[in-house]
Amino acid sequence: MLTVTENKNLAQIVEAAVEKHGARPDAFIPILLEINHDYGYIPAEAIRLARKLLHQPEEHVLVSEGQLFGLASFYHMLHTEKTGRHVVQFCESAPCHVQGGRELWKAVQQTLQLQAGETDPEDRFTLKTVSCLGICGVGPVMLVDDDLYGNVTPDQLANIFAKYE
Amino acid sequence: MKFSRSMVLVSNDPDSLRNGALEVYQCFAEKLAEFGLSEEVTLAQITDAGRHDALPLVIVYPEATAYGPVTVKDVGRIVEEHIYKGRVAEELLAPVRELSGRVGWLKARKGASPMEKKIVTRRTGRIDPENIEEYIAEDGYQALAKALSQDRMHVISTLEQSGLQGRGGAGFPTGRKWRFVNATKSAKKFVVCNADESEPGTFKDRVILEGDPHSIIEALTIAAYCVGADEGYIYVRGEYQLAQHRLEKAIIQAREVGLLGKNILGSSFSFNIHVHSGAGAYVCGEETALLESIEGKRGEPRARPPYPTTHGLWGKPTLVNNVETLANVPPILLNGAEWYRSFGTPSSPGTKTYTLLGNLNFRGLIEVPMGITLREVISIYGQGMKDGATFKLAQTGGSSGSIIPASLQDTPLDFESFRKAGVSLGSGALLICDENTCTLDLAITLMKFFKAESCGKCTPCRVGTERALRLLTAISKGEGKLQDLETLTLIAEEMEIASNCGLGQTAAVPIRDTLKYFRAEIEAHIRLGVCPVGVCEMSAEAQMA
Repeated sequence: MLTVTENKNLAQIVEAAVEKHGARPDAFIPILLEINHDYGYIPAEAIRLARKLLHQPEEHVLVSEGQLFGLASFYHMLHTEKTGRHVVQFCESAPCHVQGGRELWKAVQQTLQLQAGETDPEDRFTLKTVSCLGICGVGPVMLVDDDLYGNVTPDQLANIFAKYE
Repeated sequence: MKFSRSMVLVSNDPDSLRNGALEVYQCFAEKLAEFGLSEEVTLAQITDAGRHDALPLVIVYPEATAYGPVTVKDVGRIVEEHIYKGRVAEELLAPVRELSGRVGWLKARKGASPMEKKIVTRRTGRIDPENIEEYIAEDGYQALAKALSQDRMHVISTLEQSGLQGRGGAGFPTGRKWRFVNATKSAKKFVVCNADESEPGTFKDRVILEGDPHSIIEALTIAAYCVGADEGYIYVRGEYQLAQHRLEKAIIQAREVGLLGKNILGSSFSFNIHVHSGAGAYVCGEETALLESIEGKRGEPRARPPYPTTHGLWGKPTLVNNVETLANVPPILLNGAEWYRSFGTPSSPGTKTYTLLGNLNFRGLIEVPMGITLREVISIYGQGMKDGATFKLAQTGGSSGSIIPASLQDTPLDFESFRKAGVSLGSGALLICDENTCTLDLAITLMKFFKAESCGKCTPCRVGTERALRLLTAISKGEGKLQDLETLTLIAEEMEIASNCGLGQTAAVPIRDTLKYFRAEIEAHIRLGVCPVGVCEMSAEAQMA
C-alpha cells in the first residue's frame, strides 16, 4: 500500500484520476476509488480538489463537496481516515463464520492485539471486518492489502502477518 | 459420511411400517449386498415422505424416482433394473402427483437427467475467457446474429415461452420485463446488467463473469436490441477486480470485430457498454440503489413505483437483469423455448446455479436442474457432511434467505415449491450447517451484517437492525428475558411491513425462521442460561444465576 503524504502528490493523484475517468456523474465513484487506491485514503483536501475539477455548471455537471464526502463515507471500499501501512480485512459473513471463522476471528484479534477498526501505534496494521468477498468456497477468508488468504487456520496467522512490515 | 453415487430412501412413517416398510428396508440391504453395491449406494429411512398414498414409498436418488407401494418382492427388480443397470423400473413407479410443495417427484421434475446440467456455466473453465475466438468457436455470438435477423417481439416471445425467471433472487419472468421496457416510448433507453453480487455465500456471477465474459456482453446486446436501448452498463461490485478486467478486455475485443459499436453485424443497430465498478455496498444489489450509484450518488434505494422499466437510469426506461439471467438468454434463443423447458420443473424451467458452503465435504459451484432437494445437495453434490456430522439447518439465498431445518430437506429447490413452503430461494447460496452451529450465534452474525449494510435511509431498517442485534446479543450472553422474543417478533414484523426496500424487508427473516424452527434452543439461552451447543459465551452474571 502506498503512503504518499505530500500535498503536491495528492493534487497530481486527483488530477490523474479525473483525467482518466472523465468529469461525468457516472465517473464520481470510479474517481474516488482511484484516489483511495493511489493515496491510501481520501483526505478532506482530496474532496476539495476533486470538486473543483468536477463541478462544471456550463456542462450541467453539478456537484458539491458534501455529495463527494457522502460517497466517500457511504461506500466501504472508500476510506476517509488514514490507515496503517497494511490493511487486514476479515470476512465476517455467515459462510466463513460457520466454517471456522468464529474461532479464527478471535485469534486474529489476539495476534494483532487490535479490535475491528483499530490501527496499531506503529501504523503497521489496520484491522477491518468486511462483508462477503465471494470466495466462500475456501472460507474462512482474509485479505491483507491485495493478497487473499483462504482456508486460514489460527496457527497460520503468525506466518502470514510476518510477511508484512 | 461416505461418498455415494446413489441413494435409496425408504419411508418409515407409521402407515408405511404397517405396510411392511421395515421388511422392505431390510430386503434392500440384502439385495444391495448381493449385487456388491453396499459401498456405493446409501440406504436410509425417512420419516415423512410428504405423501400418504402408495406407502411404503421408496425414492431413489439422484434420479428422484418414486416407487410405491413397494413390497418385498419388488425390491429385487428395483435393485437389479434401476440401481445395477440404470433403467427406471417403470411398472413399479408411484402414481404421479402434483408437487405437494414439500417433496419433488420424478414426473414433476421433467428431464430425468439429475446430475449437473450446464447451461450458463458450460464454457467456464473450458475456454480462454480473454480470447474472443475461443468464445466464437463455441457458438458464441450466434444467438446475437439470430436475434438481429428476427423481429424484436419474436425474440421476446421466445423468452416468454421459455419461462425464464430472474435469477437474482426475486424470480420475476424475464420475458415480461423485456416486454415492459420495449413498450415504453422514449428516444433514450438503457440496459443494465446487475453484477453487484454481494449476497454472502454467493459467487455464481463471479464464476460466469470471470470464465465466460463474452456471454454477458452478447446477452446484454440482445437485450438492448429487443428493448430499443443504445447504451448499457455492467455494474460489477468493486471487489471483483478480475471480472472487471476481463469484461473490459472482452468489450474491446468485441468492438474490434464489429460485435459492439456502430451498425452491429451490418445492421442498423448500434450499442455500447460501460463497465462500472461498485465501491463496496451490499444495498447496491437492489436495482434502484444500483441506478443511484451509477448516477454518482449514495446507493440509497428509491421509492417504487415508478419502476426502472419506466423511470430508471437518469429517469429513462431501463432494463435491469442479473448476470445469470442474461447468461441463459443466448442458449434459449439458439435452442428454442421447448428445449429450455425440458429442464427443471413446469413452474420453474431451466437450471439454477447453487453455491454449496458450510460443513460439507465438497464446497463450490454446481449447476443443476431446478427442483432438486436439499437432501440430494448434501448427500450427492456436497458429498456428505464434513467429519460425519449431522445436518442441522440450511440457510438458502444468502443473508436475506430462509433458515431451513432438517425436517424440510426434501423440499424441491424451485421458486414455486419454495413459495408454497414459505421459504425463499434467493440467489442460490446454500449454507449447510451441522450440529455444532448455534442458531442464535448464526442469527447474530446475519444481523451484524444487516446492521452494517443498512443504508440508513428509512427508519424501520436502520433502527430495527440495531435493536434486534442488541436484543439477540443480550440473549446470547444469558442476559435475555422471555419478553425479548415477543419484542423481536414485533420488530421483525415492522421491518418487513414498513421498510423501503428488500434489504429491510428481508433482514428479519433469520429472526422469524429461528423463532419458528429453533425456539427451544433460543429459550434455553434465556431460561437455563446455557447455550445448548456450547458456542455462545455466557456472561459471569448469567453463570452465577
